[in-house]
Parts: sequence; C-alpha cells; structure tokens
Amino acid sequence: MHFISPVLWQFLIKWLTNFAIFPPEASRIAPDVDAFYFYLIGISVVGLVIVGLLVGVFSVRYRKERNPEATQIEGSTLLEATWTIIPLALFMVSFVWGALLYFRIYNPPTNAMNVYVVGKQWMWKVEHPGGQHEINSLHVPINRPVQLTMISQDVFHSFSIPAFRVKREVIPGRYSTVWFEATAPGTYHLFCTQYCGTLHSQMIGQVVAMTPDDYQAWISGSTSGTSLAQNGERLFAALGCNSCHNGTPNAHGPSLANVIGSQVQLANGTYTTATDAFVRDSILNPTLHQVAGYAPIMPTYQGQVSEEGLISLVEYIRRLDSNYRIDQTLNVSETGAGSDAAPASGTSTSTASGMVKQ
Amino acid sequence: MSTIVSLPDQSTATLPKVSYLNKEYGLKSWLLTGDHKRIAILYLISITFFFFIGGAMAGLIRLELLTPASDLMAADTYNKVFTMHGIIMVFLFLVPSVPATIGNFLIPIMVGAKDLAFPKINLLSWYLYIAGGILLMTALISGGVDTGWTFTTPLSTHYLNTHVITAGLAVFVAGFSSIFTGLNFIVTIHRMRAPGMTWFRLPLFVWSHYAASILMVLGTPVLAITLVLVILERTIGIGVFDPAKGGDPLLFQHLFWFYSHPAVYIMILPGMGVISEVISTFSRKRVFGYTAVAFSSVAIAVFGFFVWAHHMFIMGVSNYSALVFSLLTMLVAVPSAIKIFNWAATLYKGSITFETPMLYAFGFMGLFTIGGLTGVFLGSLGMDIHLTETYFIVAHFHFVMVGGMLMAYLSGVHFWWPKMTGRMYPEGLSKLAAVTTFIGFILTFFPQFILGYLGMPRRYAAYPPEFQVLNVFSTAGASVLGVGYLLPLLYLTWSLKYGAIAGANPWQATGLEWQIQSPPLTENFVETPIVTHEAYDYEWLAHKTEHDEVETVG
Ligand code: HEC
Ligand code: HEM
Ligand SMILES: [Cu+2]
Ligand SMILES: [Cu+2]
Repeated sequence: MHFISPVLWQFLIKWLTNFAIFPPEASRIAPDVDAFYFYLIGISVVGLVIVGLLVGVFSVRYRKERNPEATQIEGSTLLEATWTIIPLALFMVSFVWGALLYFRIYNPPTNAMNVYVVGKQWMWKVEHPGGQHEINSLHVPINRPVQLTMISQDVFHSFSIPAFRVKREVIPGRYSTVWFEATAPGTYHLFCTQYCGTLHSQMIGQVVAMTPDDYQAWISGSTSGTSLAQNGERLFAALGCNSCHNGTPNAHGPSLANVIGSQVQLANGTYTTATDAFVRDSILNPTLHQVAGYAPIMPTYQGQVSEEGLISLVEYIRRLDSNYRIDQTLNVSETGAGSDAAPASGTSTSTASGMVKQ
Repeated sequence: MSTIVSLPDQSTATLPKVSYLNKEYGLKSWLLTGDHKRIAILYLISITFFFFIGGAMAGLIRLELLTPASDLMAADTYNKVFTMHGIIMVFLFLVPSVPATIGNFLIPIMVGAKDLAFPKINLLSWYLYIAGGILLMTALISGGVDTGWTFTTPLSTHYLNTHVITAGLAVFVAGFSSIFTGLNFIVTIHRMRAPGMTWFRLPLFVWSHYAASILMVLGTPVLAITLVLVILERTIGIGVFDPAKGGDPLLFQHLFWFYSHPAVYIMILPGMGVISEVISTFSRKRVFGYTAVAFSSVAIAVFGFFVWAHHMFIMGVSNYSALVFSLLTMLVAVPSAIKIFNWAATLYKGSITFETPMLYAFGFMGLFTIGGLTGVFLGSLGMDIHLTETYFIVAHFHFVMVGGMLMAYLSGVHFWWPKMTGRMYPEGLSKLAAVTTFIGFILTFFPQFILGYLGMPRRYAAYPPEFQVLNVFSTAGASVLGVGYLLPLLYLTWSLKYGAIAGANPWQATGLEWQIQSPPLTENFVETPIVTHEAYDYEWLAHKTEHDEVETVG
C-alpha cells in the first residue's frame, strides 16, 4: 500500500474494523426478531420499488415531449381497492407477527431466574438473589431464562440490550420486567435509552453472558456473604414487620408466608393476585390495597426503606414459606439472647442494608 | 378527453400596478394588517428565521456526533442543544410551516373568499406565535432547557433546574396560535365558499388543511393542559405525575402523546395537500381518485387520535391495549399508502414536466414512502421493542417530517412563489437545490436506520466507537443538506428583485388562485367568483384561456 500514506492507512484500518452494520445475535429471541425485521425490510423494498417504478416509468413515458396531451382519467375503484387491500394485508401480517413476538419477549417463562435492577441517575445497580451486587454490569449464564425485575429510583430510564433485542422502560415507583435467554458467551452493550438528564449517555454498561461453569465461578467469587433474602429478613426484623406479621392466630397483620402468587381478598370484596408490586405497594402505601379482615393499622414505610431494601424485603417474602423463622426471631429478640439458628437476630439493624438513614 | 399544455409567454407578462404588496406601505401597515396574505408573509419570514436557528442547532448536534467522545461541548450543553432543536423545529417550524404560510395565503383564495373568517384572530395568532418564539428565545439565552422536546416527567418537573417553565410557556402560547389558525380554517371552509364551490369541488389542498385543522383544534388544548400541569407540578408540586404523591408518571405520557401523535399528522397533512396540487399541475391531470384522496385525509385525522399509545409500547401498557394500538397504527398507515399510489397513478397518461416543485414532490414521495413504511416497523409490537428510543426512531421521524413535510413545504414555496411575489425563482439553481437536498437527506438519515438497528440510543452525546463510521456519513450528509437549504434562502431573496415577472398563471394550473393576478389584490377577487367546474379541470382551463384574458386591475 505504497500509494496511500501509512498513517492514513492505519487510520482507515482502525476505522473500518470499528465499523458495524448488524448487531450480534446473542439471545434465543434475536434470530426471530431479525427474521421479522427482514420481512419488514422485504415489504418495504417491494413497496418502494413499485412506487419508484411507477413514478420513473410514467415520468419517462408521459413526459411532455413524448406525450404533449394529457388524457384525463377520473380514477378506478378496482385499482384503488387493490392498493388498499394489499398493503392492508401485508400490514396485518406485521401486526400478528409483531404481537406474537411481543408476548414472547414480555411474558417470562415460569422457570426464569430473577435478577433485580435499580436504575438511578446515572447508573445501573444490579442485585442478584445470592447477594452479589454489580454496578453498570450484569452477569448472566447462557441457555437459561433470566428475568429482570426493574425499578427506577428517580426518573424514567430504559434498560436496553441490543444484542438480545430486548428493552424495557424502568419506571419510578413501579416494577417492570423483561426476560431473555442468552445463547452466545460474550460481552455486550447495555444502554439506558430513555433520556434521563445530564449523563444519560454515560448510563451504559456491559452484559456479560457466561457459560454455566464460568457463571458459577463468578457467582461464588463475588458473593457479599448475605443473600438478598437474608438481608430482607434482617430488615423485616429491624423495621418491626415481624411484630404484626408473625402468623400467630392473634397477630395484627396477615401471615405473609406464600403470599406472593396467591389470591388475596381485599376489604372491598374483590380478589387480587399478590405480586412483587403488590408487596411493594403494601409496604409504602398500605391503604392502597386494604386486606379483608384486618384493621388499617399498618404504618407506611415511605422514605424509610430504599429501593434496594424493598427488593430485599420482596425477595424475602417471596421465599417465605412458613412463619417458623419469624416466630424464632421474635422469641429470640424478646429474650434478648443471640442464636446461631436465626441469622436475623442480634445486630440486625446494623447489618441490614437498605434502610434509609434519617 | 385530453388536454394540451401551452404555457403562457413569460416575456410579455407585467407586474400589476396594484396588489396586496403595494396597497399600503410602512411597517405599521404590515404589523396591523388583517390581510391573510400579509399575515402569511409575516409567518413566512418568522418561521424561516426559526428554521435557521433550529438548523444551526442541528449542525452543532451533528458536529458533536462526528466523534464518539463527547468532546465538542459538555453533556449538558449537548442536551440543551438537541432540546432546543426539537422544540423549535416541531412547534415553531413544522406545525405552522405549510398551514400558517401557504395555507393562510391560499385557503381563502382557493375557496373563493376575500379573507379568512376572522382576520383579527388570524393576526392575533401570528402575535401569539411571536410571543411563543420570544419566550423560547428567552429560555435559550438565559441558559437553555434540557428536557427534550417531549418534556418527560418526572425529569422535567423534579430533576432539572433549567428554564423548563419558560420553555413550557413558550410552547403553550405558540399552541394557541395553531388553535386559532385551525379554527379560522374550519370556519372559512364551512361558511365562506364561493357560490358553486361544493365540498367535492374543493382542491385537495383545502381538504387536507381541513383535516389538519380538526387535529389542531381538538388536540392542541390537551397539550396546553399537559404543559400547565407540568408547570404547576414544578412550581407548587400538585403531584398529578409524581408517584411519591400518588400521581402517575405514565399519565403524562398518555396526555403528551394524545396531542403529539395527532401533531405528527398536523405536520404532514398540509404537506400532502401541497403534493396533490403540484403533481396534478405538472402532469396536467386531475388527481387520480379525488374522493379517495380527500377521504384518506379525513381518515388519517380520525384514526390519528386513537394510536397515541404506540409511543408507549415498552412502558408497561397492558397487553390488550398494546394490541389495540398496534392494530390501529397499522390501519392509519393504509390511507397514507393510498395517497402515494394515487399520486403515482396521477402521472399515468399525463403530460409531465419537471419544474422544481415537481422535483421536490418526487423527493417527498420517495422519502415519505420510506418514512411511512418504517412507521409500520415501529407499529409492530415485537419490532418496536428493539427499535424504540434508538436512532431508528430519529431516522423514521426525520424521513416523514423533514423528507416529507419539509420537502412538501419547499415544493409549495416554489410552486406558489410566483403567486405570492409576482416573480419567478431561478429554475436552474432551484433544481440544483432540490437535488442537493435529496442527496444530502439520504446521506444524513439513511445511516441512522442502521445505527438504530445496531442499538445506538437517541439523545446520546457520546457513543461506542463502532458506531462512528455511520455517524460520520450522517454528519457529512448534514453539511450537504445545509447547503441545500441555504440555496433557496439566497436565490428566493434575490428573485424578489431580479426574478422574471411571472404573470397570473405561469404553470397553467386550474386552482382559483391562478385565475387572479399575481401578486393578488388585497381583496383577492374583483367580484365574487362563481364556480362551475371541478377541481383540476384542465378542459375548463383550456377553454377559458381560449376565450378570455385574466382580469387585472390598474
Ligand atoms: C402495626 C402492624 C403492622 C406492621 C408493623 C406491619 N404491617 Fe404489614 N400489614 C398489617 C396489616 C393490619 C395488614 C393488612 C391490612 C392492610 O392491607 O393494610 C398488613 C398487610 C401487609 C401486606 C399485604 C399482605 C397480604 O396478605 O396481602 C404486606 C405484604 C405487608 N403488610 C408487609 C409488611 C412489611 C414488609 C412490614 C415491615 C416493613 C409490615 N408489613 C409492617 C400490619 C402491619
Ligand atoms: C405513515 C404512518 C406512520 C406510522 C405507522 C408511524 C408510526 C410510528 C410509531 C409506531 C412511532 C413510535 C415509535 C416509538 O416510540 O417506539 C412513531 C414515532 C414517531 N413518528 Fe411516526 N408514524 C407514521 C407517520 C409519521 C408522520 C407522518 C410523522 C410526522 C410528520 C411521524 C412522526 C413521528 C415522530 C416525531 C415520532 C417520534 C416521537 C418521539 O419519540 O420523539 N410519523 N411513528
Ligand atoms: Cu438515560
Ligand atoms: Cu405516533
């Protein structure tokens, strides 16, 4: 390459190696989304070519020099019906195809593992159930469905992984979820795509998809020692939830064992399914869903627990299948004696993270 | 039936002695005028001014994106620049572009009236526009605003300390100017048509403005209310959108898009009207399937109100509403397709010439087709998840708004320039501008579709290096585009003094506006016209020019 200056050549090489025109396909859904994309490109190209041909051919054939006299035509119902119905049909195919994909992308399979994401100006905080914390990165195993339960601490954000073709708005005060199944190990972009203020373009990170073995190694290498549920248990005690929700017959509040996923009867007689969001609402705004048969005495914890704390509580309540430990904790803290059997006892307040300092 | 074109001899045309331009002199005669044509000119000058400010901002954005790092300006500055670009272009340029200038000038003449129904409200509408513009410039000069043109809460209400209130007020005030314009058009079209001008003899330009006016009158108040709520939330914290106070942040999205989706049709329908006139004139043929084109405008306006949630597919709307809104979005794309095919069919057996307005109209057809079809990508639920909030969106709406509306606007400005000023624009140079704009446009915005599919988020001051090559294309295209827009500014100004005299009907077009002198008299018609023929009746025109000369006064 003597005829191009080496500096310029290097520059070109560097430039072109950085030149991408198609994103990696790294999730189960990605090839299906791409197939649909090609269908859409296909109908667009056909449409565009038809319009281009019509305009082009008529312009040549009927230009003034060749056709000095215009022939007046009213219209043609048949033709018009044709070009109404064919696009309509093609668009209907898009509608159905798009809807099917949408339901797949937004309805997680029941066996998905759950990871929590909290967005705030301008970072992503990831909480794994095992207690691993990450900032601006997300480690996931391949070939396993992963569901993200996400919430924003401040403004709207949006969690986007182009290589997986998934994205979902992260909303203040409301859980939203998305799921994917990574298929190719690698490091991919993670973007915040909803404009969120000054450093919106820095609210980026990476998604690391790993083989199951690597993932296991990573999980055990980065544990913080306390799982989310354990932290939730401590919070539960520290915030005094256990004084009312202990499952004893004369408790002030309903038993919380197995509550997530169950049908709850509300004071107004209707039934609702208790979800993550329901539990979160119950903690922050207890009167929003008043449970039947109980007095509205639960205090609001608005401003006392951070989003991460709430996530810990939710995760704890999700895993709560009996009230045994709550009773244990109660008895232990009432007698004031430490016990190895109940990790929630003793110095719970000082070790539980997620309480807002006041 | 056939029609022969014989363009009138330009060299013998003379400027009329009296016209709306020289009836009165002095600044006051302009600033206090009730004449819809003078108000149109006032609008023309002011929107051009704002267009070039908005354009300068666009230049800065593209310059920053030349390199991956955020190096030309601070992230905050970048955010302010794209916000100001968006607000100016949408509310101060595109919304008023065709209706307030060309529409204002022509609607009364096309229906055979002396003026709009409420001339004073028309003037008030311009003053409101200017007030909005001044407020926005105040916000800009005093430090800017960085909400994005979408004013998203709670960012705009609780997390920014820029001039959100001033900018919100600016849009609020400018909104009323478009409500008044819409109101004026609706009443004029209903009540002031000349004898014999039935609904189905109206030029399609009038139909599309009628449809757009309905959107303006019904949609804009919702935007106004939404902005007031944002301002109240910011100042006294009423909490409608604040989850901490039991408000709903998604409510803002619903309200905002309830206006802003119809607004995109406010921005395109008048342009479609221009294209109908131009294509018919330069192929000397009646628009193919007049009724279908007329009703498709109305269909767009009606359906346009029921698709807003397609801007919220990833925000957690329920599955069922996602389905309904996606379906309706597909339906709203159909009338646009019908129009494109009808325009193409209009060319069939025409006698086509390729003057500048026609070139812009061809540009419109190509670019709008791409824009509309990519709208179908975005209306398809599963596809939208990947594409929304990326550069794909940016490319989509620039194809429809800039490739569509701005092309239509330039087509219209060139087409009616002889009518408005009495002089021709220079043909060669303007063809060059049309082609430059087209090439520049494709180069600027086509790479953005690819960037969008790659996942590059919109509103990013910095981006990963592998996106650079496409961004460099885009910036290069933007400079070409800039030249394409500067050219008309220069030669149109030049033509005011040196352009060839146009004469009443340089294109041999059929509209009523071409049957009166150029530039028109203040009262448009010497006597109320009686309409006996359909729109685009080239037979009638041929007979008319055989028999009588166009009346001029003085
Ligand atoms: C003063 C007693 C009291 C305390 C303390 C209390 N709660 Fe409650 N809680 C109640 C009562 C009573 C109800 C049922 C009535 C209602 O819905 O408000 C309830 C309802 C709930 C529900 C909904 C249960 C269902 O069956 O649907 C959840 C979840 C819950 N509380 C969680 C918590 C958590 C977590 C804490 C600690 C942060 C807590 N509560 C502290 C009294 C209490
Ligand atoms: C022809 C049929 C059209 C269809 C089917 C269509 C569809 C869509 C859809 C579904 C979106 C939302 C995408 C998202 O947020 O994820 C969108 C965005 C947008 N469209 Fe269209 N569109 C069409 C025409 C137009 C026209 C004519 C205009 C304007 C002249 C326009 C301007 C816009 C704008 C400005 C946005 C983005 C707004 C923003 O987020 O800032 N569209 N379009
Ligand atoms: Cu962001
Ligand atoms: Cu829309």
